[in-house]
Amino acid sequence: MASYLKMPKLSDTMTEGVLAKWLKKEGDTVSIDEDVAEVETDKATMAMQSFDEGILHKIYVKEGESVPLGAHLALILAEGEEPPANVDQPPAVATAPAENQGVAPTKATSSTAAIPTPVSVAAVTAPVVAAAATVSTETTRIKASPLARKLAREHGIDLGQVIGTGPGGRIVKNDVDTAAAAPAGGGGSLGLLPRAQAKANQTIPLSNIRRVIAQRLLESKTTIPHFYLHIEVDTEPLMALREQVNAASVGSGGPKYTVNDFVMRGLVLAIGSVPGVNASFQGDSILQYGEVHLAVAVAIEAGLVTPVIRSAQSKSIRELSEELKALAGKAREKKLTPNEMTGGTITISNLGAYGISHFDAIINPPQAAILSVGTILKQPVVNDQGQIVPGQRMNIGLSGDHRVVDGAVGAQFLSELKRFLETPVLLIS
Amino acid sequence: MPREITYREALKEALDEELAHDENVVIIGEEVAEYNGAYKVTEGLWKKWGSKRLIDAPISEAGFIGIGIGASMLGVRPVMELMFYSFAYVAFDQMMNNAAAVRYMSGGLIHCPIVVRGPANGGTNVGATHSHTPENIFANMPGLKVVSPSHPIDAKGLLKSAIRDNDPVYFMESTVLYGTKGLVPANEELEGGELLIPLGKADVKREGTDISLIAHGRAVLTCLAAAEILESQHQISAEVVDLRSIRPLDEETIMASVRKTHRAIYVEENKPFCGIGAQISSMIMEQAFDDLDAPVLRIASADAPAIYSPPLEKMQLPVPEEVVARALTLF
Repeated sequence: MASYLKMPKLSDTMTEGVLAKWLKKEGDTVSIDEDVAEVETDKATMAMQSFDEGILHKIYVKEGESVPLGAHLALILAEGEEPPANVDQPPAVATAPAENQGVAPTKATSSTAAIPTPVSVAAVTAPVVAAAATVSTETTRIKASPLARKLAREHGIDLGQVIGTGPGGRIVKNDVDTAAAAPAGGGGSLGLLPRAQAKANQTIPLSNIRRVIAQRLLESKTTIPHFYLHIEVDTEPLMALREQVNAASVGSGGPKYTVNDFVMRGLVLAIGSVPGVNASFQGDSILQYGEVHLAVAVAIEAGLVTPVIRSAQSKSIRELSEELKALAGKAREKKLTPNEMTGGTITISNLGAYGISHFDAIINPPQAAILSVGTILKQPVVNDQGQIVPGQRMNIGLSGDHRVVDGAVGAQFLSELKRFLETPVLLIS
Repeated sequence: MPREITYREALKEALDEELAHDENVVIIGEEVAEYNGAYKVTEGLWKKWGSKRLIDAPISEAGFIGIGIGASMLGVRPVMELMFYSFAYVAFDQMMNNAAAVRYMSGGLIHCPIVVRGPANGGTNVGATHSHTPENIFANMPGLKVVSPSHPIDAKGLLKSAIRDNDPVYFMESTVLYGTKGLVPANEELEGGELLIPLGKADVKREGTDISLIAHGRAVLTCLAAAEILESQHQISAEVVDLRSIRPLDEETIMASVRKTHRAIYVEENKPFCGIGAQISSMIMEQAFDDLDAPVLRIASADAPAIYSPPLEKMQLPVPEEVVARALTLF
């Protein structure tokens, strides 16, 4: 007897599920209660069992695809059974499980009930699925009064560009009048400010990298007792030096150094003075690393990766800079090898390029510390003579695992780092 | 100079003038003659016009309204008084069936020029069976005309026109309004020497630009008070349209106002279900959809039999504050 495998309701709040992985392929034998697929719900990824036995004849839903409750996932045939005529197309779903997909199914259900004679299920349900699909992709209808709509038509104004000031954000006559009075193409008027179109919610399947990020960071934030320190670094000497170094380097065909390159070098040197932050909690012991394998957070399209610069303690600023450039490039092209992404002993994360002044990072386990580097801000500072003068400051944070690093140790480390960065000649000597 | 007289006096003037104008006009009702009227609307008229023109009826609405309708078919112009319009239901077959249908069923040969007038209002603590406002019920029946004046000038001018009208006109007053005063021109100041306000002509009681408050009967006063609050406290200019006659209906004046203000609320003391407001708002939606800047709202009595508890009864009918609050939701 042919039967269909359907998306089950695996949690109370589940309205749809992602077919994360097929554990069986077409042609495989399945038995009752055997795991056939992994389904990802709003809460977790769970194994899904078959309620029937037979041959998995046809799979309708690809891995990573999200479908509503009750959607047909696959066709199971008994041994030797002929497939039904519509084998390539799963029957449409129109009953209760699809309720959350919009209003159409309810209507279909009631119309079915109102017709006394049996009608073809396909005839009734087919348009329903089409309607549901439309609902999910259609943008929200613009609320505008009839008068506003008429005036917008007359003036050739796109209501999507008009901000509604009426009740509930309804576009009313006044709003269209304002928009009409605004200079054409100006966009400077309040009424013509571009208005973000509301979009339907989207379920984005978890990529592997996103899954790992989620697991590791949740583990880190829930099992590691984080503490956070911040220090302000006067970057005036560093910026002056960087200018000279870059001028000389670029002039001789060498690389252009980023602020981050200097901070990496400073970090390595500071660890030389305060090695306690370069460690790992091992349950019944602390592992003090002998080398600095510096993990650097790199944002890529799919998420975040942390390629590792090995033996950073023995590398010059030029080597650090060049190695990071190479690793970041590979990261963006998704060509990092697993080896290049593991074994870090401490991590540096720099959001300065985004204008972030300061932030707290989550420790990258099993490490015990992560450095969070902010942007350089020009700001009024009080100099040695007690005068307020223009200055520039960079905020550097340290998130530490308190099981390994105490506040004083973290503070010593940051203060060492500050000393190196404020005496930048030490970084290049 | 226009004189300031009460709504009650305005009605009496209309009756007195019509008794003089046409010898076929007679007034029939409970206590209308010798007792001078339950609400003194006919005060002094029996003394002036005698028992042939003012006839006290027994307490039998079905009977005396039936007499009036029969008489009207033969050319008499009876003005019937109902002590409460709630009692019209006792004469429902006569009023709804015979009076409404006779001209149609006789192919236009028989007319029914009757006026049935009396107070049709709640809000006076007389209980659910004496507080009906049946404008919508009678206006529903083709062949009937329904009038509900809000001001003394309208009471006089409309009653005179109603008496001269050749169809049954159900004239709904309000005991709450009988004592209210208003300016009514003296006949000498009028062209033609008398005050006749045609049926089917609404009146803009207050000009405004932002919202139309449309009403009939006492609710017009509620709207005028609400318009004052909207103007003084919210800088909203409300126009108040008084239907005066519900059927025939002055669609033109209503639509002109809505096309000007783009917002409308119908306010009535009727029950909301199938009320006058339902009719008007549907009409506005159909005819002026593209002129609307907000949905048409309806404000009516709370949908329950007239409440006997005075504090609750006060809250059952629309008050200016409610009109203001609902109006503000449209901006």
